[in-house]
Formats: sequence, structure tokens, C-alpha cells
Amino acid sequence: MKKVSKILVLMLAVALAVSATACTVVQRGGNNPEQYSAKSDIKVGFIYIGSTSDKGYTYAHDQGAIYMQKELGLSDDQVIKKENVPEDGACEAAIKELIEAGCKIIFGTSFGYMNYMDELSKEYPDVIFSHCSGFKSNDTNFNNYFGRIYQARYLSGIAAGLKTKTNKIGYVGAYKIPEVVGGCDAFALGVQSVNPKAQVLFVETQTWYNPDLERKAAISLLDKGCDVIAQHQDTAMPQKAAEERGVWGVGYNADMTEEAPKAHLTAPIWNWGVYYKEAVQKVIDGTWKSENYFDGMKEGLVDISPLSANVAEGTQQKIDEARAKIISGEFDVFDGPIKDNTGKERVAKGSRLTDGEITSIDWFVENVKVQ
Amino acid sequence: MGGIKKHKRKEPLIRIAKREGLSKPKTVALKVCATVLALVAGGLFIAAQGHNPFSVYFFMVKGALGTKMSFQETVKVAIPLLISSLGITLAFRMRFWNIGAEGQIIVGAIAASYFALYKNTMPHAVLMSVMALAAIVAGGIWAGIPAFFKSRFGTNETLLTLMFNYIAQYMIQYLREGPWKDPNALGFLQIARFSDNARLGSVLGIQAGWIVALLLTVAVYIYINFTKSGYELRVVGESENTARYAGMNVKRIMMRTMFISGAVCGLAGMLQASGTDRTLTDTVAGGVGFTAIIVAWLANLSAPMILVVTALFSILEKGISFIQSRFMISSAAAAVLQGIILFFVLGFEFFTRYRLVLRREAR
Repeated sequence: MKKVSKILVLMLAVALAVSATACTVVQRGGNNPEQYSAKSDIKVGFIYIGSTSDKGYTYAHDQGAIYMQKELGLSDDQVIKKENVPEDGACEAAIKELIEAGCKIIFGTSFGYMNYMDELSKEYPDVIFSHCSGFKSNDTNFNNYFGRIYQARYLSGIAAGLKTKTNKIGYVGAYKIPEVVGGCDAFALGVQSVNPKAQVLFVETQTWYNPDLERKAAISLLDKGCDVIAQHQDTAMPQKAAEERGVWGVGYNADMTEEAPKAHLTAPIWNWGVYYKEAVQKVIDGTWKSENYFDGMKEGLVDISPLSANVAEGTQQKIDEARAKIISGEFDVFDGPIKDNTGKERVAKGSRLTDGEITSIDWFVENVKVQ
Repeated sequence: MGGIKKHKRKEPLIRIAKREGLSKPKTVALKVCATVLALVAGGLFIAAQGHNPFSVYFFMVKGALGTKMSFQETVKVAIPLLISSLGITLAFRMRFWNIGAEGQIIVGAIAASYFALYKNTMPHAVLMSVMALAAIVAGGIWAGIPAFFKSRFGTNETLLTLMFNYIAQYMIQYLREGPWKDPNALGFLQIARFSDNARLGSVLGIQAGWIVALLLTVAVYIYINFTKSGYELRVVGESENTARYAGMNVKRIMMRTMFISGAVCGLAGMLQASGTDRTLTDTVAGGVGFTAIIVAWLANLSAPMILVVTALFSILEKGISFIQSRFMISSAAAAVLQGIILFFVLGFEFFTRYRLVLRREAR
């Protein structure tokens, strides 16, 4: 028995070594960028942080992928999706699998993929890497994409500001990073535009996705007298918590009316398909360039879900007015004067924050109280 | 008649009895049977999803071994699993239930990461050795603490090693959100990437950890079977009293073996962080420490068999991930398929050790 085991180990070790050496002989086939153009053979890859059935963040991206596939008439095996990919070495394995399957463009939808995509973009110059919500890119084959979701948050703030009776609105946020802080600011400015007396109470959960914690955070805000709960989280739990108390809520990522029919007012939503279609079309046409993408309501990338029957009277009208101004460009959310919650003026009257400033906001506006 | 009735009342219909001396062909037959049943049950599930089972199984293997890149990625999955399975086997052979491989991997990775992040100007070879050494010491100490409490106060090692996993897990989160937070990540919570100097190089396109893993397989085999220490730990495993009568210092053997067990797991953490993740993430162990327990048992706590079982597990892991996207099977369904296969294999493992005795047979 012992001898057999020993021989087995030896054989395996040798087999492993031999197959590894044999494998190195096979060279990676180079792909010529000019060959992208035929629509029939393009392959598109997606890396998702969660499951497409989460009814939130990944669901929204997947809806975009489905839209893109339909619009461009791609077949099922031309769009390859990897679900539940963690933000560590495993995402590199997933990306390599997509490259090997022949994907010409790979979309990574979570922040934590950024550094792996950055490094792989150097290793595979003939594959396009498109990363959502990060801040790194290069001039040739690696860009980042995001959108002006703050415009939609502003509109949803109008719905919340008109609905609240206690003038206390809760905001469940994931982390105090620019994306969340700026989003809360936009929401609070929307509230302020229709209800200067209302305050927004912000609480941080330190997680994107944790149904239990999200719920507890919402309850802590409800206990403080908030009667509208807005959120920057992946699940509908804050909405459900609001519904249980008989008050209202503003969701995120997807229309959450189904999850909390008696509470939900509206939700800022993403139409990622707008970007995915445009990007893949450009790859097919051979016109793709590494530019960072940051579109908004005008292009249809972001919007709010249809107002539910729970909204206060006159909400639709107020929102339509603001929407028209944002789309025409006459007004944008971060137009001065804006003060932060220490009383310091952050945007002067007549000036507007640049995109770079918007994506790096680390201060809360006047009517936000951090819990 | 009366006698039978009495039996009926007292004895359950089926009893579980330990199986002694199951013949080799029978064991093999049982295992083959388990594998076939697992594949059939999995196949039915695949068919119910509307796919061709043969084609799915074919691509599962192809996705894990079919190309150079997929083979490399499969080996990457195998490295930490193989090493930590070897690590806990040392403790298990002593009947010390080290459920803490997960935590030992993490502290190993943390210790190595300290040097990778903050002392990374040493020459590459020196830095790698220092990182490995730090991981070994940290993992060893982490496992040594429960061993100390067990040998001193007779505490339950299963609970203690298990709880130490959570402490380690929260330590990583603390470091990520506090002292080790990457200042260049615009407020995002992550630990910085290792500099090139702190990254383990590749041999034949795979991080060099695979060589370490293979060497460790041989080393653990020799240690258990051919050294005095290995003999001692086996005797302690058979019977502590026998060991004591033979004049062995049981406490010392326990501490020593657990230190080595944890040290091996800690090294797995360093290899994963430096070779595969190239940073410290909170998923550095990612459940490997628990999977290692299954691997070690399925392999009958034998080092060469661990190599085989790890290979099969890694192929399953990588293959399942591949077919998920290849056939557009939802990730949940892919996980169910993996579960079905494991269920049968583990379920039959039970029958190689125990047998069911029917009431009548027992009489």
C-alpha cells in the first residue's frame, strides 16, 4: 500500500510537471483588432459581483446586457456572463476565461475588479476592458463608465420632500465614499428644493449588500422619527422596513414598488443598456476609443422609476419641471449656491461643480445630518 | 413469537454499525458506485434544466483542463486547498480537530502582507523568505493557542479553533477599514496592491506556490510516516494513555504538531495573497479552510490521496464555474449541481466506514 502511494505521488508529480511544460509550448493566439468588425463573431463578456436574480445592482446590469444583446441582434453564445465573482484573484480567473472564450470586450461591474482589469489590460492589449464605477483607465484598451445617477437622486428627493410630514427623511448609505456622499447630497438638494424645512438623516452600514444590516439601519432611522427612507444599498430591505411602520421609502437600482407596494414612492434607476449598446456597437464598427463614460438623464442612462400611487399630490408636476431643466442643461444638481453642513459655502452662486468635483465629493450639504 | 416481539420493541428497524476491515475491492466498488450515482443524479438535474448532461460534463472537464489557461487557473485553485488539507491532516492524525485552517490561512496572509506592504524594499528573494517565515510563525502561533489551552486546561479544540476563525476574519476587516486602508483608493475600502517586488513569481505560467504545494505533499507524507515526531503524533492519535505509558510528553507533542499544522496553513495564506490575489482581501481564505476538512477526510488523511482529491475538487470547482457561463446556467443552479455531486460522494464515504444493520439480520 505504501509503495503504491509513493509511486502514485511520483507519477502525479511527473504528470503535472510534464503537462505544464507541454502547455507552455502552445502560444496564445493574437487577435487583430481589425477583425472585430464582423457583427457575427463578436463576443462580449460580463463579470458580475452578485447574482442576476438579486433584483438590485446586478439585476440592473444584466437587464442592460439583455437589452444590448437584443438591440444588436447577438446570439446567446456571443454574450458570456460570469456571476458571483469575488473581488480577488478569482476575478482574474473569470476574466481570463472570458478572454479565452474569445471576448473582445469585457465589462466588469464592481469596483473591486479595477486593479485586476488594470493589470490584465496591459497583458492583453487586444482585448477591451470596461470597468464600472472606478477611477483608473488607460489610453488604449481600458476605460471606466458610470453615470449621473445624482440627477435621478435629485428627482427622487423631490418626491421624498413632498411626502414627509415629520420633516425627517432617513438615508441608508453603504460607505462614506464620494459615490454615496455625493448621491446623498443630490437627494438632499432635491428635498430642499421643495421642502426647505426637511432634514436628511444619513446612516452608514459599511456594506453594499447585507439584507439584515440594511434593515437594521433603516429601523434605527425610523426610530428617530423619519417617515421616508431612501437608500444607497443593494436590497429592498430598507423599503420593507418602512412599509412595516406604515411610512414611505425611495428605493435604488430598480423599481422596488413590487417589494414594498404600500411604501415605495419611486427609485433612481440605471438603464445600463444605453451604455452597453453604444460601447459594443463601437467595438463592432471598429470605432471604440478609450474614453471615460459619464452620461446622464439626457442620454437615458439614468432615470427614476414611474411614480407609485403613494406619492404626494403634485409630485409628478414638480419632478417633470426639474427633469425638463436638467435635460435641457439649463440646470444641474450641483449649481451654486450650495453650503455644506458645517455652514461653509462649497459652490458659489452662478458656478457649477465639474465632473471631477462631483465624483470626489466628500462633504454633506446643509440639510444632511450624519448619524 | 414472544421473543420476536420483544426484539421489535427494543431494536430499531435499522441500526448503524461500524464496519471493520472492508475489503479493498469492495471499497473501490463503493467509491465507483458513488461517483456514478453522483453523475447520474447531477445529470438528471442538468437535464431538468434543459441541457444535455453529457455535453455539460464534457465542458466541465474541458473548462478545467482543456486549455493552458484553464489548467493554470485550476492549479491556482488547488494550491491553497492542497496545502491547508495537508496542514490539518497533521492535526487530524493526532485526533486533534483543527477546524481553524481558515483562520490560520488568514493570519498567515496578514503577517506576510505586513512585509509586502511596508517592508518591501528588501531584495526579492529575501522578502519572499521573510514573508513566508512570517506566515509560518503567525499561522503556527494562531493554531498553537488552542493547543495550549487544550493541553493545559482540557478545553474543546473544535470550538476554540472554530472561533479563532472569526477573530482572524474580523482582523482583516479592521485592517482594511483602518490602519491598512489604501490612501489612494478615493475612500474605497481596500488594501493596496502589492508592489512587484512583493509578488510571488510564476513558474511555467502558474504562481510558484504549486512547487511548494507538491514539495509539502512529500514532506508531510515523510513526516507522518517516517519520522519520530510523526510516529509520536500517530500514537497520541491512537491513544493518549498509550503515549503516556510509553513515556511520551503528550502536551509537547500536541503543541508541536498544532504549531506545524497551523504553520502549513499559514503558508497557504501567504502564497494566496502574494501569488494569486497580489493584495490582501477579506476573501483570502474564502472557505478553503473548511473545504480542506472534507478533502482531508475523503483522502483518509493520507498525503498522496490528498493530492488526488484536491485535484478532483479543483477540477469540479473550476469546471462548475465554466459551465455556469457556457450554458447560461444560473449560479444558484450551478451551486446545486456541485452540491449534488458532493452529497453522493460524501454520503457513500459514510458507507465505507459504517454499515446499516437490519433488525432481522442482527438477530
